[in-house]
Amino acid sequence: MITRFRQIEMRLMGPLTMIPIVLCLVVLGTIAALPVVATILSELVADFVPPALQHLTIVVLGTAGFVGILALNPIYSIWLERKVAAHVQDRLGPMRVGWHGLLQSFADGVKLLFKEDLVPRDADRVLFGAAPMLAVASAFAAFAIVPWGVREDGTVLAVANLNIGVLYFIAITSLGALSVLMAGWGSNNKYALYGGMRAAAQMVSYEIPTAILVLVVVAQVGSLSIPEIVNAQAGGILGVGDWLIFQLFPLNLIAFVLFFICGLAETNRTPFDIPEAESELVAGFHTEYSGMRFAFFFLAEYGNMLLVSMLAALLFLGGWVGPFGSNPLLFFVKGFGLVVVQMWLRWTLPRLRVDQLMGICWKYVIPISFFLLVVTTVIKGLL
Amino acid sequence: MESMASAAIFYGVAALVLGSALYVVVGRNLVHSAFALVAAFFGVAVFYVYLGADFLAGAQVLIYVGGILTLLLFGVMLTNRIYNLNLRSGAIQVVPGALSAGLVFALLVWIIQSVDWGAMDAGDPGPTSESIGRLLVGDYLLPFEIASVLLLIALMGAAMLVRRRGSRS
Repeated sequence: MITRFRQIEMRLMGPLTMIPIVLCLVVLGTIAALPVVATILSELVADFVPPALQHLTIVVLGTAGFVGILALNPIYSIWLERKVAAHVQDRLGPMRVGWHGLLQSFADGVKLLFKEDLVPRDADRVLFGAAPMLAVASAFAAFAIVPWGVREDGTVLAVANLNIGVLYFIAITSLGALSVLMAGWGSNNKYALYGGMRAAAQMVSYEIPTAILVLVVVAQVGSLSIPEIVNAQAGGILGVGDWLIFQLFPLNLIAFVLFFICGLAETNRTPFDIPEAESELVAGFHTEYSGMRFAFFFLAEYGNMLLVSMLAALLFLGGWVGPFGSNPLLFFVKGFGLVVVQMWLRWTLPRLRVDQLMGICWKYVIPISFFLLVVTTVIKGLL
Repeated sequence: MESMASAAIFYGVAALVLGSALYVVVGRNLVHSAFALVAAFFGVAVFYVYLGADFLAGAQVLIYVGGILTLLLFGVMLTNRIYNLNLRSGAIQVVPGALSAGLVFALLVWIIQSVDWGAMDAGDPGPTSESIGRLLVGDYLLPFEIASVLLLIALMGAAMLVRRRGSRS
């Protein structure tokens, strides 16, 4: 019994005590710096570019920044994941390629580029080829509405400042389920099909509580626009008091935890990774994929991880507002911090069974989120 | 320049919608047809964007692509005859079919030509979600509630149909 507690303690404390986490935050900081650089650039060009073209400049720089992030993100996220995994399991992880294995993922990326592109003989070629593209497209397209700050004149720094931001997010992420189904079917492999079916059932189920929890936020703020949701969280004690997670305590805290759980489920991360459960389904929906197509699925998975983390940070943790005023860097620290939490959970929790997964969604998460929606709306109406 | 690009995108999407919708009907592979339907629904969402109906576009993708189609694919993949499906009816009546299709087409053209659609000026019509919300819980509250009760009945009916008889779990 005591050893069991020791084990749990080690699992929980392992990633906290690890030194490389400091390193990885530095690395992630450099990635995160890209849009910040874009922000500074946009400040600079504000003096040179005529007002009519300023929005266009922000869009171009923002797109470049996010494409940069999304291209670099999996490389360092995979390195980080391996490091977190290693330290949870009392190992060192990649150490050989570069300092503390920093260049390991680049080496792996080059390896994937040169791998043979295999297509099974009986595969449905059209769907087999289209699935990785759809996966990446849905992951990348969703980043269009992720804002990373506001300028002093009130201009929102985002590729597209949509009035229906959160609705767009929910809609686009639902395309991910289609790509997984497509891959599962196109591979013509029973394990892949099982994986695809499980993923579709899981994503469709967890989309419902995600949408309801987003509605909890929307009902309190009174807007579907993400910048307005963030601006409503500015101020309060120490600059963090008005973050949504601290409002109407503990209702919004529960909403945040549930939103994060749904995010884990929608991105097929452990403990919800049954679509690719290695011990049951070989590799699930991407069993037959190799080389670059396989890499595309990883690009999409890590992109989605970052997306749900950033959305959770924007909706509940105040996005770019905080104790040091409004700062895009703060937003990226929050976003990547939640990514680290996702990895930590992956190596701490065991995988759920299919029926447990559905049970959690339909019997607990959905009723609780409906309860939260009703209660927060009523309280908001009474105040 | 901008209107040229806009028109090019519009006609491209229109071709995509019509082409994929045609494939849904004539395709011999059920799964391919279902995925072609994705393209059709998505293209319609693009049209909503063109019309300035931002909320409707989001809802279109969310409900049709994310919800209905995923469930449809689920169903299609669990059926056993997917390839080389022959769904023609025994008696093919070309002349009445073509005649009624032509009549409907002529009717639609006549309606589109003769009705004053109250077209707005080009430009950003602004956010629509707030006015939609006010109308739904204001003027159109009763139809909205009736629709939701109908959906609830459908949900309960579905649960009733798939319930295993005799099992108490």
